[in-house]
Amino acid sequence: MDHILTILVFFPAFAGLLGFVVDKGSARAYGIAVATIELFIALWLWMSFDGSNGGMQFVEMLPLVPDFGISYYLGVDGISLFIVIMAALMTLVGMISMSIEKDVKNMIISLLFLEMTMVGVFVALDAIVFYLFWELSLVPMLYIIGAWGGPRRVYAAVKFFLYTFLGSLIMLVGMLFLAYLYHDVTGTWSFAITDWYALVLPMEYQVWLFIAFFMGFAIKVPMFPFHTWLPYAHGQAPTIGSVILAAVLLKMGTYGFVRFSLPIFPDASVMMITPIAILSLIMVVYTAMVAYAQKDIKQVIAYSSVSHMGIIMLGVFAMNAEGISGSIFLMLSHGIVSGALFMLVGVIYDRLHTKELDNFGGLAAVMPKYATIFGIMLMASVGLPLTIGFVGEFLVLLGFYKVSPMMTIVAGLTIIIGAIYMLSIYKRTFFGPITHDENKKLKDLNSKEIVSLVPLVMIVIWLGIYPKPVLEPIDNSVKALVSFMEKKAQTQEAKDIIVSTNAGEDK
Amino acid sequence: MLEAISVSLEDLKLATLTPMLVAIGGALAILIIDLFKDGLHKSLYVMLTLLVLLVDLGAVLGLSVNQRGFFNLMLIDGISIISQALILLGSMLFIPLALTSKRFHEYSYPEYFALFLFMIAGYQFMVSSDNLILIFVGLETASLALYTLIAMHNRPNSYEAAVKYFTMGAMAAGFFAMGAATVYATTGSVELYKIAEVMQSRMDEAGLMIALIGGGSLLLVAFAFKMSLFPFHTWGPDAYEGASAPLAGYMSIIPKLAALVVAMRIFGMYIDIGIEAIRDAILVLSVLTMTLANIMALVQGDVKRMLAYSSISHAGFVMAAIALDTTKGNTGIFLYYTLFLFTNLGAFAMLWISRHKNNTYHNRFDHPYEKFAGLIHVMPMGAVVMALFMLSLAGVPPFSVFWGKIFIMGAAVDAGYVWLAIVMGINSAISAYYYLKLIVYMFLKDPASNDGTIYYNLAKPLMTIIGIAVVVTATSIFYVQPLINYISYMVGASGY
Repeated sequence: MDHILTILVFFPAFAGLLGFVVDKGSARAYGIAVATIELFIALWLWMSFDGSNGGMQFVEMLPLVPDFGISYYLGVDGISLFIVIMAALMTLVGMISMSIEKDVKNMIISLLFLEMTMVGVFVALDAIVFYLFWELSLVPMLYIIGAWGGPRRVYAAVKFFLYTFLGSLIMLVGMLFLAYLYHDVTGTWSFAITDWYALVLPMEYQVWLFIAFFMGFAIKVPMFPFHTWLPYAHGQAPTIGSVILAAVLLKMGTYGFVRFSLPIFPDASVMMITPIAILSLIMVVYTAMVAYAQKDIKQVIAYSSVSHMGIIMLGVFAMNAEGISGSIFLMLSHGIVSGALFMLVGVIYDRLHTKELDNFGGLAAVMPKYATIFGIMLMASVGLPLTIGFVGEFLVLLGFYKVSPMMTIVAGLTIIIGAIYMLSIYKRTFFGPITHDENKKLKDLNSKEIVSLVPLVMIVIWLGIYPKPVLEPIDNSVKALVSFMEKKAQTQEAKDIIVSTNAGEDK
Repeated sequence: MLEAISVSLEDLKLATLTPMLVAIGGALAILIIDLFKDGLHKSLYVMLTLLVLLVDLGAVLGLSVNQRGFFNLMLIDGISIISQALILLGSMLFIPLALTSKRFHEYSYPEYFALFLFMIAGYQFMVSSDNLILIFVGLETASLALYTLIAMHNRPNSYEAAVKYFTMGAMAAGFFAMGAATVYATTGSVELYKIAEVMQSRMDEAGLMIALIGGGSLLLVAFAFKMSLFPFHTWGPDAYEGASAPLAGYMSIIPKLAALVVAMRIFGMYIDIGIEAIRDAILVLSVLTMTLANIMALVQGDVKRMLAYSSISHAGFVMAAIALDTTKGNTGIFLYYTLFLFTNLGAFAMLWISRHKNNTYHNRFDHPYEKFAGLIHVMPMGAVVMALFMLSLAGVPPFSVFWGKIFIMGAAVDAGYVWLAIVMGINSAISAYYYLKLIVYMFLKDPASNDGTIYYNLAKPLMTIIGIAVVVTATSIFYVQPLINYISYMVGASGY
């Protein structure tokens, strides 16, 4: 299979085009079938992937605009492999659990196009192709939030679009400037990321370029203080929109830092450790506190999801193999767990048409299965050992401890804050007397919801107990990345930090 | 007694004139046909015009690069050939839009088509000369024909548009004449290459240079009027609103392209010689234009006016590339306009087919945003096509205008103007808002009316043109490379 990545990227889009012909009543089944096939292609990719090789695999290259150095250049390594699989999985699960009745065919087609862009972003090795999928992902999401969302959906959708669009245009200028520098040095144009890796940049360029890319990625993550669009988007988006947004779209930002910022600007990245760590810590602590104050269960999940993205950022900028591997693993676990939590919120919203915590209470008595699954996901979210959330958080904190023990302690405390607000909403939702009469007649999870949630529960526990099959390929690619950065770093200070934080690693 | 001038026919190189002669001959033929038989259907004239344009295009593509002719008045270089080809291509896309299913006043006159061809000839003269007088003649021929075409739409606001455009155009002509006269008075020539020689040899004379900068500024104002750059843009949106939608789309592309080519010749020369004041003035004008036009486009309630302001902003974007004065920048201009031509004309054509005589939706505007509300439910295909054009105009990859934007931004970075590239990026983000607004109306709101169809003026020829525009817009990734090759070869060959 030479072209498995091309198939993986364009199969959903092609299926989406054909989907226009499919009858409205069968659209949903069609979408689920396509997403299942896509997931199997992704799993096949994993099977044929060589986990001991840290480099790029299944590389495809086809010049598109050779004069400008733009080529259709795809490849996958341990860092992107599992995010791609997670994107395929969450799309499928989201589709199965979807409860939307209105214009379901339009929704399925949008989701399939969205899946193309999500997979495309993570396997693109050419900056322009990356940018292309990055921007295209906004369009279906805009439609999903705007057409199926809550009362202020249009505002939320437009805010989401414009915020990210502005950031990514600044990133585009950075890309153009980087390509220009590459041309200056080598005489040829190239937007291939792997070519850019070879480019040794003077410090002042690195800093400016780092900031340009930072604008694009940070808004997407979203980092404090650029996070304001996200709770709004989550608040208004339909369940499926929130699931995809939290599970996959946000990961584009953190993935961008790992793929672009760290290896291309190692010195600037080292210089930026402290400011970014401070922003991440603010993001972790502040949003955790905001989450505690929310009255709307979906907002709690939204803010807690931002809070966990802060831990991921911290791991990325730990600059050592533990931290980066941990944050990639945390991206996966965050995707699965927060996606599942949004689906669970969707379940109760479908039944009660409210997300206010005050209207719940005592649900464990009427919905035992729901309460169980919610409980497991909640534990995974706060990072209970033997769940998927623990592995990533532990590795991130371990990695960052080598950079700054003080900050790590602060970040570790937030796990406790996280446990407080999560357990508090759990208590208010599931325990105590049933205060509202209509809640007494609530139906427990239906088969559709069980089919979509149980696999996620199984993954949460499986990877919590035995993360090795996933962690090992990630770790191999990350080690290659870190040792590359160490070689490339110019300033002694940067070399010191990258080396010292890797002390104890065998190189 | 003056010496008799003996000129051999070969020296005249009449071949350089063939394209214009074809257009003029075609226009005369249309007038003569009308003399013999009245009341022929517009489809005849549309097809005749199309054929004339086709022959004209053939004649343009048959020209050999870099020759002068007709007493050195004509200059056929690479940019002249590309721009003539683009003018003809745009016109060939425009003219079939007359074949609407509904009857419109202007198309019942054969003179409309004759005037149209005269206008084309005017633009062709404008872009293939470096003689200020011939440029002026071409400019005025074309502009006078265009004013009449606008007025022929026969509505009160069409007259308003035509008169507004005419007065502003006359003022611009005045500025051009004054600027050209100043340059002539100081250098003794109206031909750009001779002016450049004189300027180069007398760089150290301060007085002369001040006069030349003054002349250059007057010329710049004239072109700023023609290209509707801020603060000389005020006629633009009103003129576009009064004109029929396809003509407005046409006005947003072809006249500006012709003016841009002349600007490239004149101001490129100024910058080459090292007069930085002109470069700075162009940069200021273009940055102001793209930013302020964008902000004004944000608050428009009418799609046509929004597109008018947006095309002003695009013109500012492209004008900035002139200030770079690099081959890459100039290539970018033509690349941008080639891609923009199809997309923008497609967008205006979509407005045109939604033109409804009885149901006006709004007492002030023809195309308020509300008209397109919920279009996805009423006409899914129409909504998707319009959304495609909007995304392309906003610069979302991989649609056509994105490649133009990235190329010009890349050229700005190359030339050391990173700040300009950032301004361009920010402006693209601002512009996304108003393009998105239409998409939001079409996809996310509920339909305003239930009269079934908004695209009332739909006919097969129009669908064909829109289909061409869609294909060109959506598949640009596959032909950008050959297009860049061709354009940069032509631009490089003519030394720009």
